[in-house]
Amino acid sequence: MVEALLFFAPASLIIIGALIVIFAKNPVHNAMGLVMTLVSLAIIYITLNATFVAMVQMLVYAGAVMTLFLFVIMMIGVDKKEQTTDSIKGQTFLVSGVFLILISLLAYVAISSDFKWDLWFPPVEFDAEGTPQLIAGALFTEWIFPFEIISLLLIVATAAAIALAYDTKKRNSNA
Amino acid sequence: MSTELIIALIKSNVVLAVLLTNTILLIWLERKLVAGMQSRVGPDRAGPFGILQTVADAIKLLLKEQIMPLKADRAMYLLAPIIALVPSFLIFMIIPLGPDLNIEIGGKDYIVDFVGADLNVGVLYFLALSSIAVYSVVLAGWSSGSKYPLLGGVRASAQMISYEAAMGLSLVPVILYSGSLSLVDIVSSQSGNLSTTIPILSSIVSFIPKWNIFPQFIAFGIFFIAAVAEVNRAPFDLVEAEQELVGGFHTEYSGFRFAMFFLAEYINMFNMCAITATFFLGGWLGPTFEGILPPIISAIMPIIWLGVKTFALLFIFVWIRATLPRLRYDQLMELGWKRLIPASLVWLILSAIVLGLREFGLPWS
Repeated sequence: MVEALLFFAPASLIIIGALIVIFAKNPVHNAMGLVMTLVSLAIIYITLNATFVAMVQMLVYAGAVMTLFLFVIMMIGVDKKEQTTDSIKGQTFLVSGVFLILISLLAYVAISSDFKWDLWFPPVEFDAEGTPQLIAGALFTEWIFPFEIISLLLIVATAAAIALAYDTKKRNSNA
Repeated sequence: MSTELIIALIKSNVVLAVLLTNTILLIWLERKLVAGMQSRVGPDRAGPFGILQTVADAIKLLLKEQIMPLKADRAMYLLAPIIALVPSFLIFMIIPLGPDLNIEIGGKDYIVDFVGADLNVGVLYFLALSSIAVYSVVLAGWSSGSKYPLLGGVRASAQMISYEAAMGLSLVPVILYSGSLSLVDIVSSQSGNLSTTIPILSSIVSFIPKWNIFPQFIAFGIFFIAAVAEVNRAPFDLVEAEQELVGGFHTEYSGFRFAMFFLAEYINMFNMCAITATFFLGGWLGPTFEGILPPIISAIMPIIWLGVKTFALLFIFVWIRATLPRLRYDQLMELGWKRLIPASLVWLILSAIVLGLREFGLPWS
């Protein structure tokens, strides 16, 4: 009972948030809808005992990324209605047609294959105490090489962003 | 109803009651302290020493008219105070208030743990919720449909993101020293005294407790400065700089909604001090005087110790507010990005080297 409530409450919030992202007219409302989806997703992660992933989700996506989104929306002042007219003629019909074809293809594949619709799988027992330790252990032993490569990539990206944003002319005139 | 659910309900109600009464005390204490530092009398009419002044203010705010600006964004305007209040209550849940207590009721032993929730990702939980709290300020500023709150909101988002980075980085060495992300484990790792870590001077330092503040004094400084900035207190209160922005992000709020922002600010302040005490000052650790005092008092001594440490830090918060002038905006950003973040990174590397040497010895030996 409690488990079902803990699943369906955040799950419905995820869907409502996603619908707000798509249908709300105001960019700030869209951003807050996305925040709602991300936080509810973090709750789902907690119910799956993935506490570390849940907290990182809250910290990075809901906390940092979306605050920057809001900051940009407020700073460059796009907080008014977006345009709703088609920029390509008939794009709504075209997109709806392609979407219908794709969804019917997916439905056909799903029905004709042996895919089981039994989503109520039994709960998995595992050691809930060690999720941060488990992740750290895997990351710093088995996957240390990809981990270091990614960190190098991120440093390159940060340095490149600073180099692009750094205005040498302005700097020289100030000095 | 299951036992866990009942325990959780009792705990959340206790937290609510403690935080609300505590805020009343805190606001009165701050007004009295600032008044004393400025050679004024401060509130002295309602109750003894004016201690009921906050209650009177709260009743006044509850009865006041709630005004909504014409150009306000209705949904976000109503949402912002709620987002301000919820994380501040949730953060308090992870602060350990004392050791586990064994209670015998009707011949059965019950273990009461004096913590809302002992999470194995406690530090991340604290950082995640304090980053959620940024939304309240940003949304309140934006949704008011007025220029001063908007400026306050934009300032707040930049400030809180900047100082969150420094705050998170200054906590990493503490986590390295304690070896855990759980606040309960961080507190228990600080038990004992310094003689266990420094063998040479053991006879001299054996009376100094093994608190993280002694090996991690720079991390403590960075964390404390970042904490003051994170809760938007003077000298980092650019978010609500009265002389420039009227009242900052909550200019257009009145009545109970304003009270919610006010409450959230003071609860956040209290949480920050309690968390600083937990990370650096040993949390609830302290002599319990078992055998000297009656058992019921020695059982709640840990809570008293945590309270003493927290209120000592709160006194420093108020002291800073009464002493230091407000920073300019560029000075604020420079302090955050050019001083605190590099300093915390260097300190992290130094602590990691010291820990590595202690754990594995010199690389060539």
